[in-house]
Order: sequence, then C-alpha cells, then structure tokens
Amino acid sequence: MNRRNFLPVLPILTLLAMLGPVVAGLWGTLLPAFGHLPAAGLTGPSLDPFRGLFDWAGLPRAVFLSVSTGLLATGISLAIVMLITAGWSGTKPFRALERLLSPLLSVPHAAAAFGLAFLIAPSGWVSRLLSPVVTGWDRPPDLLIVQDTWGLTMTAGLIVKEVPFLLLITLAALGQADAQRSVVISQALGYGRLTGWLKTVFPRVYVQIRPPVYVVLAYSMSVVDVAVILGPNTPPPLSVQIVKWMSDPDLAMRLGGAAGALLQLGLVIGALIFWRLGEHAVARIGQRWIASGARGRFDPVVAQGALAAGAICALTVLFGLVVLTIWSFAGFWGFPDALPDTFTWRNWMRFGPGTLEALGETALIAVTVALAALVLTIGCLEAEYRFGLSFSARAVWLLYLPLLIPQTAFLPGLQTLMLSLGADVGRGPVMLAHLVFVLPYVFLSLADPFRAWDTRMGTIAAALRASPNGVLWRVRLPMLLRPILTALAVGLAVSVGQYLPTLLIGGGRVETLTTEAVALASGGDRRAIGVYGLMQTGAALVPFALALLIPALVWRNRKGLRHG
Amino acid sequence: MDKGLSLRDVTIRKNGAPLLSVSHDIAPGEVLTVMGPSGVGKSTLLAFITGTLALDFQATGTVWLDGQDITHAAPHQRRVGILFQDDLLFPHLSVGANLAFGLQPGGSRAARAAKIAEALDEVGLSGFEDRDPATLSGGQKARVALMRMLLSEPCGLLLDEPFSRLDAALRAQVRDKVFERARARQLPVLMVTHDADDAQAAGGVVVTLGE
Amino acid sequence: MKYLPILAALLAPVPALADTDPANWDAVTAAADGQTVYWNAWGGSTTTNDFIAWVGDRVMADYGVTLEHVKLTDTADAVTRVLSEKQAGGNDDGAIDMIWINGANFAAMKEADLLFGPYAEQLPNWAAVDAEGKTVQTDFTVPVEGFESPWAMAQVVFVHDTATMPDRLGSMQALQEWAAANPGRFSYPQPPDFLGTTFLKQVLVDILPDPSVLADPATDENYDTVTAPLWAYLDELTPNLWREGKAYPATGTAMFPLIADGELDLSISFSPGAASTAIANSELPPSVRTFVLDKGTIGNASFVAIPYNSGSKEGAMVVANFLMSPEAQARAQDPAILGYGTVLNMAALSDDDRALFDALELGVATLSPAELGTVQAEPHPSWATRIADDWMTRFGVSE
Repeated sequence: MNRRNFLPVLPILTLLAMLGPVVAGLWGTLLPAFGHLPAAGLTGPSLDPFRGLFDWAGLPRAVFLSVSTGLLATGISLAIVMLITAGWSGTKPFRALERLLSPLLSVPHAAAAFGLAFLIAPSGWVSRLLSPVVTGWDRPPDLLIVQDTWGLTMTAGLIVKEVPFLLLITLAALGQADAQRSVVISQALGYGRLTGWLKTVFPRVYVQIRPPVYVVLAYSMSVVDVAVILGPNTPPPLSVQIVKWMSDPDLAMRLGGAAGALLQLGLVIGALIFWRLGEHAVARIGQRWIASGARGRFDPVVAQGALAAGAICALTVLFGLVVLTIWSFAGFWGFPDALPDTFTWRNWMRFGPGTLEALGETALIAVTVALAALVLTIGCLEAEYRFGLSFSARAVWLLYLPLLIPQTAFLPGLQTLMLSLGADVGRGPVMLAHLVFVLPYVFLSLADPFRAWDTRMGTIAAALRASPNGVLWRVRLPMLLRPILTALAVGLAVSVGQYLPTLLIGGGRVETLTTEAVALASGGDRRAIGVYGLMQTGAALVPFALALLIPALVWRNRKGLRHG
Repeated sequence: MDKGLSLRDVTIRKNGAPLLSVSHDIAPGEVLTVMGPSGVGKSTLLAFITGTLALDFQATGTVWLDGQDITHAAPHQRRVGILFQDDLLFPHLSVGANLAFGLQPGGSRAARAAKIAEALDEVGLSGFEDRDPATLSGGQKARVALMRMLLSEPCGLLLDEPFSRLDAALRAQVRDKVFERARARQLPVLMVTHDADDAQAAGGVVVTLGE
Repeated sequence: MKYLPILAALLAPVPALADTDPANWDAVTAAADGQTVYWNAWGGSTTTNDFIAWVGDRVMADYGVTLEHVKLTDTADAVTRVLSEKQAGGNDDGAIDMIWINGANFAAMKEADLLFGPYAEQLPNWAAVDAEGKTVQTDFTVPVEGFESPWAMAQVVFVHDTATMPDRLGSMQALQEWAAANPGRFSYPQPPDFLGTTFLKQVLVDILPDPSVLADPATDENYDTVTAPLWAYLDELTPNLWREGKAYPATGTAMFPLIADGELDLSISFSPGAASTAIANSELPPSVRTFVLDKGTIGNASFVAIPYNSGSKEGAMVVANFLMSPEAQARAQDPAILGYGTVLNMAALSDDDRALFDALELGVATLSPAELGTVQAEPHPSWATRIADDWMTRFGVSE
C-alpha cells in the first residue's frame, strides 16, 4: 500500500527537481537585475543595472555574437543533418557516417573545442602538416583564426558537436515517420532521392525534432565553455561577459550581470520566436516548391556536399582527439614540424595524479546524478504505466524547459539565492544543479524504449502471479537493460560535460575534469590540456562503451534481446 | 455455482459508448468461445478479466472465479492464466527460467527443477532447460508458453487468438494440446478467436459479438 | 530580582570563538593539525600547480595540514566569494582559507574588512624576510600591516627568442619602433589580466618623464593628463600587435607556447626565472633570453592572505609560514621548479640554509640580481584599476 502511494509522488518530485532550481534561479536573477540585492544593502526597484548594461561599449558586439553564433550554428548543423539524411539514409555511406558520429556525441564540448583549436590555429596541426612544403611558411602566419572577431571558429566548434546530436535525434524520429515508403513512392514518381525526402518526409520529421532543434539554438546562444576556448574576447559573447561580471569583486557589476542574464534570456526567447517565424516562411516556400513539381536536378551535387560536410564534422572531432593525444605525449614540438621531436610519458606522469583526483570527483558526481535521474525517470514511467497517467504534448515541453532557458540566465541567480539561504556550496548542490540538466536527457533517452515495451509481457507475468514490483524488477527492467544502460551513459556524459553549474554552484571547491580543463585554457599549456581533454573524453565515452558491452555480455546467449 | 469462471452482466463501454455485453458461466473443463471480427472488443473483454483494462474503457458487472468475486482484485492475485497469439516468452530468461517464473514458489531446488523437467517432458521438450527461447521453433515456443502458464496453477484460462500465428499443421497439434491440458486440469477456458476451426475444435458454446 | 545577573549574562553578546593568537606558535600548530586548508590560487600554470601540490605534501608531513588547491582563473573570483559569504552571513568556515593575492584585490579585501590579521609578522619565518630591501610591507603602495604574508618576489622581464630577435630593447619607445618594423610579433595578456595590466603600468612608468605622480592615488583631475601618453602609445602600437590587437593571449603563460611556435618574438613575464623553467620543461626553445629596460622594470611581491571567515586559520598560517621557509623559498627559486624570486634576506640565513640558495643553477635565461637592475615601484592600485577599465573600453571592445 505504501509503495502505491509513493510511486505517484515521483512525477511531481521529478518536475520539482528539474524546474525548481530553474524557477528559483530566475527569481534570484530577476531581483538584482532590478537593483534589489538586500544582502549588499541595495533595495530596488531601479533600472540602474540596465543603464549600466547598456552603457557598456561592448554590448552591441556581444549581443550580435550571441545571436549570430546561435542562428548560424543551429541553421548550418540542421541543414547538414537534413541533407545527409535526405540524400543518404539507408545507404552504406550513411551507416558508416552514423557509426562514426554516434560515439562522437559523447565527446564533451570542451574537449572537441580544444581539439578544433589545436587543429586549425595558425600554428595548429593542419598548418604544421602543410608547412613549409605546401604553404611556404616556416613560422606561423599572423592570422586571426581561433578567437576570431566574428565568432566563426566558435560557431564551427558548435557545429561539429551539434551535427552528431541532431543526426541521432533525426534517426530516432525517422522510425516514426514511415520515411522509407514515402521516398520509394516519390522516387517512383520521378523525384530525386533527396528532393523526394525533403518534400515528403522532412515536414513530418521536423515536427518531431523541433524541440531538440530549439535546445540547440538556446544552447549555442549561451554556451560558455566553448566560447571561452574558441570565442573572441574583444569583447566576448554576452554569456561569457555575464560570467565575468558575476565574478567581479565590485558588487555593482553583479547587478549588471543579472541585467545581462535577463537580456540573454530575452535574446534566446526572441531568437526562438524568430526561428518559429522562419519555420512558417520555410513552410510557405516549401509548399510553393512542392507545387512546382521540381524533381531535383541538383540532388547528387547537394547530397555529395552534405555528406562531405558531415564527414568533415566527424573527422574534425576525431583528429582533434588525435592531436590532443599527440600533445599529451609531446616533448618539444616546434613549428612547422609535423610531429614532436620526442614522445614522452612525462606529461602523463606530471598531470596524471591531478586528473585522477578530478576524475574521482567527476565520477562521484556523475554516477550519483545519473543514477538519481534514472530512478526518477523509471519511477515516472512506471507510474505512468501503472496508473495510466499520460504526459501530454505540452508536458513534453516541460522536459525541454531546463534546456531551453539559458544556463547563464538562472545559474548565477541560483548561486546568489543559495548563498543567501545559507546553503553550503559544494558537491551536494552541484549534484542538484547537474540533475536539472541530466534528468531531461535521461528521460528523453529512456522514455521511448520504456513505453515501447510490450505490455502484454506485463499481463502475462501478472497472470503468472508476479506482483507489479515483481513484473518491474524481474521482467521489464532486465528486458530493458540495454536502453537503461544507454540512458545511464547519456546521463553520465551530460554530467561530465557540465561546466557552468559546477563552476558557479560549486564555488570553486568542486573540481571536475571539465572545470580543470577549461581553467587550463587560459594558461595555454597544450600538454596539460591534452591530458585533461583526453581524460574528460574518456570519462564520457567509457560509459557508452560499457552500455554496449554489458548487455552484449549479459545477454550473449539471448538472441531475442540482441536488438533491444 | 461454485467452481468455474462466471461473467455476470458484464458490459464494457468505450468513452461512454457501449462496446459489448456478456453474461455467461463457464464450468470447469468447458470452453467458451467468443467470436467476432477484429475491433469488436474481444481482447478488451480479456483485459477486463485479467484486470488490465485501459483507462478509456469503463466496465460494469462482475467476474467470479471459483466462487470468488475477482472484479476488483489485483491482476497478479486473480489466478487467471492467459495465452496470447505471440508466445511472449521472456527473452532474457532461458526456457527453464521462464518455466520457473511460472512455477509457484516453494519446494527445494531439486524439486522445482524436477517439476520443470517434468513439464518439458510432458510437451516433448525434454532437456530444453538451458535453451535461449529465441532459438526455438514457433510450435516449441507455444508449448513452453502453455506449460509456463499451467505451472502457475491458474484457476481459469484465457486464450487470446492463441493459435493464429501458427501454420496449419502445427496449429491443430498445439490447439489439441492446450485443450487437452485444460480439460485434464478441469480449467474453465474462455477463448476469443476469429477462426471458425478454433471454435469448432473447442467444442463448447460459441458466442458471437458484434452482430 | 536575584535572577537579573544571570539574565544579563545570558543576554550579553556571545563572544565570537576566539582565533588562536598568531604569536603563540605552539597553539597555532596544535590547532592546525588535522585542518584542511582551501588555498585559492590561480591555476593556469602547471608549474605553480605542481609547486602547490609539493607544499601540500610537506605541510601534511610536518604539521598534519591537508592543503587543497582551488584553481582559479581569476583571483577576483575568490574575493567575490568571500564578499558573498559575508553578505549572506557566512561568518565562519567560509569556502576559502587562503588566497594568493596582491594589489587591487588585497586593497579591496583589506578595506572591506574581509581579511584575518595582523598575523604575518608574528610568523616564525618572518624573522628572515628581507623587510628592508624588498617591497613586502607595502603592496602596490597600500600598507600591508600584517594582513598578508609574502612568499615570492616578481619583477617584469621581457622574454625574447634570440633566434628571431637577437637584440634587447632599452625602452618602451624602442619597443614601439621595433614593433613597427616587425608587426605581429609582440603581444601582452589581455587586461584586466594581472600581467597585462602590469604591461600598461610598465609603459606608463617608462614613458612618463616623472613617474612619481603614480605613487599617490589617481584623481579625477590628474588621471586624464597623466595617462594621455599611454593611450597615444597604445594607439600607435596596437595595429602592430599580434593579430593586430583583435585578440590577446589570456595570460602570461599562454604566451610561451606562442613563442615556442614562432608566433611571437617578444613577450613579457613577471617572473625573472620563468623563461629558464619553461626551457627546462621544453615549453620554450633554448634560444630564449630575457632582458629589462634601461630605467629598470616594475617589481612587487606575491602574498597570501587569510579571509576573516576561514574555519582553518591556524592551518592557513602554518602554510603561510612554510611558504616563507628557506626550504620552500629555495625550491620556488629553482628555475627547474618555479623560478620565483625569494623574499628572504640571505644575510639573515644560517649557512646551511644559504647553501640551499647557492646551490641553485639560475638557468640560461635568468638575469642575475645585478642584471635585473633597479626595481621600479608599483603605482598606487587606483591607477591600475582605472587604466585596466579604460583599456577595456578603448581596446577591449575593438570592432
């Protein structure tokens, strides 16, 4: 009886864990943004923080960078993914690309950004490999590539990470869109494969992937770690500037930071509305295009281009990891040598102990948070199943809410609020903050397989006199072992990659691989960055490997679960 | 009546609209066949009896099994066994473990293993304990599913188009086996099907829905 | 009525838990045993991180103090943290027990009563500190008064790769001319980075006919006039900077890889021995050397301070004292480790301790104390703050 009463509480608890910190954080941002910070002896309301914000000479450029990065990164990665899927889904090259991109999804943003920087900087690996024979350079050219004023490198760094994300989301959506038959029919009507897909499948797929696309837009507009590594600094994008203001010893700056955080929120909302209007425009143009009956003369060219772009994304991340590896073993490596003079274990000996300590902290947080998220998620889904609750389409947006509200908008407020409540900073609050971001991903990753489970199995087991908990533990969870472990791995990877929540809520006391790696960015020690970046990648990647390996081992004699 | 499965004035509505009404007693060892085209609510009736009716259905009336009103009992306490058209063997368990899942708790390990071996023997699958269910043929799976259900010692048996996935030769064989076992254990059986052969083989009363 | 005295006693303000008197060193070490000290120090330099880890091992072995290095990207973060804690009423056991600090951050914390002290001059190892010859009792002209203890001396040196830039420069004007002839080969860390702001001050100190005006706080009246030559200088220099001044290295250490790659020929450092250390770690080519300007360069001390709300003040004092020990000072000065200048007076040391320093190989790129020449005083911190702010408006948001 008590179990029956406990289970229905879980969905509420889950919503609270996910949205509570967001709402509290926004509240903690709103007050100081209007000059109200009683702890500092300031009472509002006043518009001074906003006046200060608009007086900052860097604001127009910072705002521009935030908006342009977000729209470009989202637009380009979405276009690449849609065109690849349209032109190639179901083919061998597509399978190959999918296999290549899937593991890259879990490479943390910071590691991918470091890899990109080490590749394309004027003294990067690409330039080293081509010099001096091809380029004629015997020393690096004075070119502004990394940290360029327009934020293009930062945008590229986001694109290479968002393409795998959107591609996997699209693959999941394809199953429900009955894509194959539509393409066959349109091909029979004389349409090119790509044009046929865009005209028949794309509208249905896009409706399904719309929420994650919005997440990519909001994330790209407000990202901090990638911007610190690849973004410009004269001035930086708005999100980075907000974090700078928030950590200024001058309290007045904190008010300006809060005002900036609200502006960031407004920008994201504005960009989402703009995107929504853009969808209408694209729909209208698309309808005209469909009505025109054009069969897709340029399909092969476009498809080749998209595949090349996708391959470049995958190879960039991959070779980024390779160059991180080389640096982590490098002795002296002068320009334009293609490889270091010597390879040495010295860097690993030197930074290894530090990374292990950070790895311990990272793992402790990630495992706790991911398990908590998993328990809450399974609790919600099981409650939904047992009590016939159903999440409406609107409720699904609640899941995306913590991912749509920029981190820079509510985390600083949450930090201020927690301090004024006397809540101790440290590991516990950091875990709660991570849970906000981990929960939605774990839920989204487990919900479909959990719901797709044949409930007649439950009926059978109940008819065999297994209690509801018996059904859950003895039948449903073992059968869902693989998706459960995958969801757990997703949760671990998301937690490992968190930068801002760890930095702000941890008060500097909580040092994970990600905060350590990003802190190293300012020092520019590429050997240390190589070691930390690889460890960070490993921490995110190994759970995915285990999520594949464990079910394969446990169920090695169970053919029926091999594709589960 | 004391023994058997009774449906008393059972009416099921979908979102308020009446779907079906049944009132019938099934004596031990007898088969009631419910026929009708798909979508008429045959499976819904079974879901009502197993206690797994979806929320958009409303049901009135009562279900009695061996003199007990089980209308509001929890699904796992009803002692109603069911077989679906798919075998629905648990894919993560071996054949033996599937049977052990059905077998009521109690008894030594050796005694339980003996019961399972006996059950397999009964359907001509001796020595199949460690097999992966996914490697069995359709007829073998159906027989394992039947024995798994019988080992749970149900007081009544529901059949949801249980033979429709089997090819003709196998079908008669499995069907005879099921009815034979049910009769041997004196179980009241409720079968829904759209296949006239099944109904004929059952040899009991036939109710046709949706007319 | 007879209960009144008891009532009064109950109502009287509860005395705050008294801190251990720094002068009672036995009591300090006794209380320190078992404490954990969170030292917030800039974490961008792996050599510094290694040194701090070594300090942690040593204080654990000798005093049972656990030292945790909280790696900062900006010391101001730690200041903010203590400030927030004070505002939230977190007056004991704050998150920070010790901060690597100096200059404006020290001035801000001291003024806001965020520091524990005075304690520095009561520490046993203070006896050997060169309080006369080194600027350890004022920090950027702000009197220290025992609220922070020194642990390293720093002086601006210019770092150049003799393979591409053979000759030293004598003045900031010479640097201006060299940059015009060699565009894109010099840069400085982006202010408000500590070293970047120091470069701006170094320019000002070198080009002003009389830099003594900088010893007093900047005023609204004199600020524009005094700094005008600096902005004119930078307007001329910026187009000739690396990346035309559209991007800057984040910190001083970030410039070493740029020299190693041949992107930069010239850079600056606040640590006379850092270049030698970097050569030893194969982070710089062996052809790198250092120089100072004809009129000398700015120098100052690095300190550690203890926040008023630290819960491990005794442990922090033990660490601060250990940092001033001949053992730690000699290790810090070793170019293979850190290459930082010592705060100790060699004459005040025992022969054995002095031998530790005499045994050090200063390294190919390190100038001798004589070559380092005149140390110019830091301007009052108000100048640095305003100049850094102004720089951000003028150059930090360049389109």
